[in-house]
Amino acid sequence: MLKKILPVAVSAVAVAALAACGSSSGAAAGASGAGAGGGDKIVMGFAQVGAESGWRTANTKNVQESAKTAGIELKFSDAQQKQENQIKAIRSYIQQKVDVIAFSPVVETGWDTVLLEAKRANIPVILTDRAVDSEDKTLYKTFLGSDFVAEGKKAGEWLVKDSEGKSEVNVVELQGTTGAAPAIDRKEGFADAIKAAPQIKVIASQTGDFTRSGGKQVMEAFLKSNPKIDVVYAHNDDMGLGAIEAIEAAGKVPGKDIKIITVDAVHDGMQALADGKINYIVECSPLLGDQLMDLAKKVVAGESVPERVVTEETTFTQEQAKTALPSRKY
Amino acid sequence: MSAATATFAQRMRGSRLLWPVVALVALLLANAARNPGFLSVRLQDGHLYGSLVDILKNGAPTLLIALGMTLVIATRGIDLSVGAVAAIAGAVACTTIVGSSDPTSPAAAVTGIGVALALCLVLGLWNGFLVSLLGIQPIIATLVLMTAGRGIAMLVTDGQIITVRNDFFREIGAGFLLFPISILIALAALVAVALVTRRTALGLLIESVGINPEASRLAGLRSRTIIWTVYVFAAVCAGVAGLMISSNVSAADANNAGLWIEMDAILAVVIGGSSLAGGRYSLSGTLVGALIIQTLTTTVYSMGIAPEVTLVFKALVVIAVCLLQAPKMRARFARRRPAGHPATQPSADADSLAAQQDPADHDAAEPDGVADRPVADAVDAPDTKQKVTQS
Repeated sequence: MLKKILPVAVSAVAVAALAACGSSSGAAAGASGAGAGGGDKIVMGFAQVGAESGWRTANTKNVQESAKTAGIELKFSDAQQKQENQIKAIRSYIQQKVDVIAFSPVVETGWDTVLLEAKRANIPVILTDRAVDSEDKTLYKTFLGSDFVAEGKKAGEWLVKDSEGKSEVNVVELQGTTGAAPAIDRKEGFADAIKAAPQIKVIASQTGDFTRSGGKQVMEAFLKSNPKIDVVYAHNDDMGLGAIEAIEAAGKVPGKDIKIITVDAVHDGMQALADGKINYIVECSPLLGDQLMDLAKKVVAGESVPERVVTEETTFTQEQAKTALPSRKY
Repeated sequence: MSAATATFAQRMRGSRLLWPVVALVALLLANAARNPGFLSVRLQDGHLYGSLVDILKNGAPTLLIALGMTLVIATRGIDLSVGAVAAIAGAVACTTIVGSSDPTSPAAAVTGIGVALALCLVLGLWNGFLVSLLGIQPIIATLVLMTAGRGIAMLVTDGQIITVRNDFFREIGAGFLLFPISILIALAALVAVALVTRRTALGLLIESVGINPEASRLAGLRSRTIIWTVYVFAAVCAGVAGLMISSNVSAADANNAGLWIEMDAILAVVIGGSSLAGGRYSLSGTLVGALIIQTLTTTVYSMGIAPEVTLVFKALVVIAVCLLQAPKMRARFARRRPAGHPATQPSADADSLAAQQDPADHDAAEPDGVADRPVADAVDAPDTKQKVTQS
């Protein structure tokens, strides 16, 4: 019985799907035409990675708020770190004929099929925060996100300025997870920037896996094997916070005896900066909502946008941290 | 006097612990050669300070988890969920402390610790229930909690890193009573387990269940209760270790706390000479194994080995230790050695001595315990002896 029904059911579904495809492309074209002409409210489908950290939660909130202020209707989905969930969400946005799709890809590969579906349906796609690895650059309009090399450079430039007039500056580096893009790029940018000052030397560099425990353990070992450390450069705030604990346990004063530079500017890091335990933080901002909404309006209106847009990010000294801390969103 | 040293030398030569101890000493010496200050220990703000102290402090969670794991493995089981349980313990303790009316008070810390350990007890009961009552294979049964546990921890912390400022809580992982408090806790647990299992018949019963649970049951042992108990004990050990990890940095990180620590713990147990097939365990071996693993990590950091090759370096050391411990290699070394020391013993005798497993493996509590020798050994030894004399 079941065997007989099954093929029939399957073919029925297939036909329905085909019909849906046909109608959606036509309707999408109509919708975008209307959007451009009549000034209708733009509808954006946003497929978020998940809520794995405070950074990501702030990112989500910011996108939602920016959409409201920009007068864009946001359809939001949370993929819980799973690619299949994200693909499902994007397909449903295509079905709902939204005007623009934005998403942070969970992984770099495997997006070609679904992006092609969006392209055929004439729906522009914007990548946020993370890139995709695809040969066909026409599958998405633009990629909005941080430039990790620039972050490393900013950290290095501050140190070069701070080290003027000093004869020797010994730096230890706490790297992020080996092989992760932020770790590779932040190391590269920093190394580039400190070439300008020959007295600055990186005397030890080791991975702390972006965690506080990792940062603390590595720093404990560094303190014992290197008698003279002047500066710690940590690829994120958490490792820097771990290093602070290790430095304090060694009877030294973080921020004075040993200066600390980190990247990210999450709340705990900013607090330590305001307390004088960290000397300088380069921001890696999740607050890209406003830029995203601007881009969305442009691509829907058919204007050309640059292929790569870098998030607006700043840097914080101890003084700036004190003023910025009360109004920080994450 | 000289007779005593001679027997000690013989016992060491035959011991399974010989090569792990040699590896540990070699690692420490290599560090000292590279960096002369490595072995020095000084007083800093009223506590000991030095690389050796770091090894003890950071190795404490691994040692504690490996201790629980030793007993589980002795019953022919395995517990993969310990890392996740550690993460849950840290998460629950920190959220409880932060949510209490006065987050800096000792009372808040005690409540947090209590709630966390009680929950770990329940998680241990769950593992034990799956393994002993439902008879699910341990690797599958504990895999459930290994995968789900981190999710639970994330749920507890809402995916955030929870920072606590509580001096009492900080003591567990980062505090000192001259020595790091964490290693004192771990060693106290080790001694307690040694006393309870080696001074009573419990250790023998655990090994017996590991060799054959059904036969043990028929012989009148409560196999189920014993198996259940070791899983609960392992979970509580993991809970305390999780508290140490989060207390060390005053924060709970559900994503990363205790990540892959189950593998380190299993490795420590194996390096220590316990059999994964169950029925035989060595607490002193586990201690040495855990110390080797932490020393290895510290070595990587202080020698400046590039992060890209860290894992390869670790793998090479572990492979070397395991090879040296393999019965065939041991037999080979034992055969060669007497030629170098003709004075000690007639060579045939020394061979057989070396081939046998040393009783000291089996009882950390009784360094001189030659008298009571577990069944498994008595059965094993003649076989190895025969091989050696044949070749």
